[in-house]
Amino acid sequence: MLFMELSGMVYWRLNKYMVKLREALKSCQEEYFLPGNSCCAGCGLEIALRWAMKALGPNTALVTPASCLNVVVGLWPKTAPNFPFTNMAFAAGAAAATGMSAAFKAKAYRFPGSGWDEMTSLTFAGDGGTADIGIQGLSGAAERNSDQIYVCYDNEAYMNTGIQRSSSTPHGAWTTTTTKGKDRFKKNLPAIMAAHDMPYVATCSISEPLDLYDKFKKAKSIKGCRYIHIMAPCCTGWGFNSEDTIEIARLAVKTGSWILYEVENGIMTLSKASRLLLDPSKRTPLMDYLSKQKRFANISEKDLIELQEYLDHTWKRLEADLSCQDQYPK
Amino acid sequence: MTESQKDFVQKRESIIIKGNVAAAYAAKSARVQVISAYPITPQTTVVEKISEFVDNGLMPGTEYIKMESEHSVFAAVIGASKAGTRTFTATSGQGIFYANEMIHWAAGARLPIVVAIASRGPAPPWNIWADFTDVISQRDTGWMSCFCSEHQEIYDEILMSYKVCEDHEILLPKFVSYGGFILSHTSKPVILEDQDLVDKFLPPLPSEEGWPHIWIDPKRPMMFGNLIMPSSFYYEFRLKIHDANIRAKEKIKKVAKEFEQTFGRNYGNGLIQEYKMDNAIVGVIIYGDLALQMEQAVDDLRDKGYKVGMVKLRHFRPFPTEDIIEVAKKVKVLGVIDRATAFGSQTGGPVSCEVKGALHETKGTATVLPVINGLGGREVTLEQQKNQLIKLVKYYETGEFPKDVIHGTLWDGLLEVE
Repeated sequence: MLFMELSGMVYWRLNKYMVKLREALKSCQEEYFLPGNSCCAGCGLEIALRWAMKALGPNTALVTPASCLNVVVGLWPKTAPNFPFTNMAFAAGAAAATGMSAAFKAKAYRFPGSGWDEMTSLTFAGDGGTADIGIQGLSGAAERNSDQIYVCYDNEAYMNTGIQRSSSTPHGAWTTTTTKGKDRFKKNLPAIMAAHDMPYVATCSISEPLDLYDKFKKAKSIKGCRYIHIMAPCCTGWGFNSEDTIEIARLAVKTGSWILYEVENGIMTLSKASRLLLDPSKRTPLMDYLSKQKRFANISEKDLIELQEYLDHTWKRLEADLSCQDQYPK
Repeated sequence: MTESQKDFVQKRESIIIKGNVAAAYAAKSARVQVISAYPITPQTTVVEKISEFVDNGLMPGTEYIKMESEHSVFAAVIGASKAGTRTFTATSGQGIFYANEMIHWAAGARLPIVVAIASRGPAPPWNIWADFTDVISQRDTGWMSCFCSEHQEIYDEILMSYKVCEDHEILLPKFVSYGGFILSHTSKPVILEDQDLVDKFLPPLPSEEGWPHIWIDPKRPMMFGNLIMPSSFYYEFRLKIHDANIRAKEKIKKVAKEFEQTFGRNYGNGLIQEYKMDNAIVGVIIYGDLALQMEQAVDDLRDKGYKVGMVKLRHFRPFPTEDIIEVAKKVKVLGVIDRATAFGSQTGGPVSCEVKGALHETKGTATVLPVINGLGGREVTLEQQKNQLIKLVKYYETGEFPKDVIHGTLWDGLLEVE
């Protein structure tokens, strides 16, 4: 009896998963970020953008501030994106998307019924363009609730300029400007964005494409300023084999180093892949993740301990936050 | 202005408003679709007035974004203009410097953005008063740049500028600048034209397709601004920005003429405006608000028998080289009066450098005497301007440079120190 029930549940879950997968695959036939682009083999950004665009569809105008994405689209006049794409100055991503979004509204007023109100303004920025030089513009856009989706694809350093540290680089990681490992910890940007009381904040990983797809679908259905932070490992900058990108991204989630969640109107929900990890014993040992990356090859024992403590502390704080949240009036 | 034009003007109603408010009204009359702005003294009343318009539903269909910095302001108008809308903003001094990166970007993208500038002196020390160094420091960005000398001209020039900038043969952004406080915060009568007449002169953007060279449209996906190799067309694109600037001279003249025919107000040939230059022996080239007062100085000295005249420089970019050469043929001595600095240059004044450069090929015409005055809003009185003219006349008569010339330039109105 118990077996039947369990197997039924598994079947039901599997079935649900299959239906979702089938549906996703069906609506995902269209490619917007075309093959033949200049991404490194095993690029995390490419997977992130490809799946994000599958969810958002053609009525999307993308702005990208200075980042790898400026380069991987191909050299002028060739180009890989099959949708409106604008390169922008480093600090100007969120603001330019704000302007575009305003223009779409103005055009919808001027030319009613021509579909301008269905446009989505999308910023796709790296962690430097988001957490460092772009944070003022992003914070402004979030506070104004500018109608756009802002995406940070996080490869944890300035990869386009040659692997220099950013505020999103984790503690202990080697970069060309932290040759002995970074002394400070990774800036918690999704939390900063959530503190803006935005309608929607989510974290994703390229190792969970369906989760990513769903979150973008949900974001598209919401009005106002939405923020999505995607973990997008960089084989060149992190020092792992190009075929291991997904595996590394999955380990970031499984070890609890990268937590998947959504914050909708201030209420946080852990996503499936991270929910189980509230129990520390369910977390894959941190070393499994770090040991596969050359950037942590020379990490000191002190940094390693600090990194583990930081991870444990982050989860404890998260647990406390979630339990407080349960008492909020819904 | 002819007598018939004077009659024409006097028939219209005018309201007494600040220069900044005139700029705001111009944006309203031009049916601007997207405005983004960030407050900075002395531009603030522009954004305040526009807020008032928008909040009271007087600018239907206009999106007004209150930004968090000038860098973002310019990024937003670039984004909005790229999507094919008419855009406007206003700023001053430090705001221009902060937005410098995006100012280059707008010209590189060939977007017809019009920006009102209430000019102020660059810090440090903090200065918020009239000084055109801020806008002139954007000389090499590819933006067109012009100066207004009175309140009505601010309103008129913004309307004219959209017509020039949006011309498919031009497609360049433009600064319309006027002295901080002197014009921005003083009030004078300004004629606000009937919307129908403005619409006839400057129709709302006709198509939803956007500009001919750049657009955002899912039906016609377009990549903009990706990396270009040195062997590709970057160099040629840069040449085209310069070419468009030079070609804009004819367009500016044409639009000024059309403006006069429509609204009855004359701004010379659009690039420059001569005042009593016929039979003058000594002339000055001057721009901004001081040009208006200089007309009075010229009148006063003419009454005393001095053969003096003046040229109001309306456009700094494109620079009216040909017109300046013609003007220089009319006089023996040409003073060039700057309210801005170009440190370490030949004369120390940006416009006097330009004039000297323009006259380089034309030997035997007027001798140029560079003058700098009124930096950081330092008051320049009518008496002082008359003295400037008299010094130039004396220079013509005696051939001797004024005694107080520093490095070849008359820095007029310095404080007396022991």
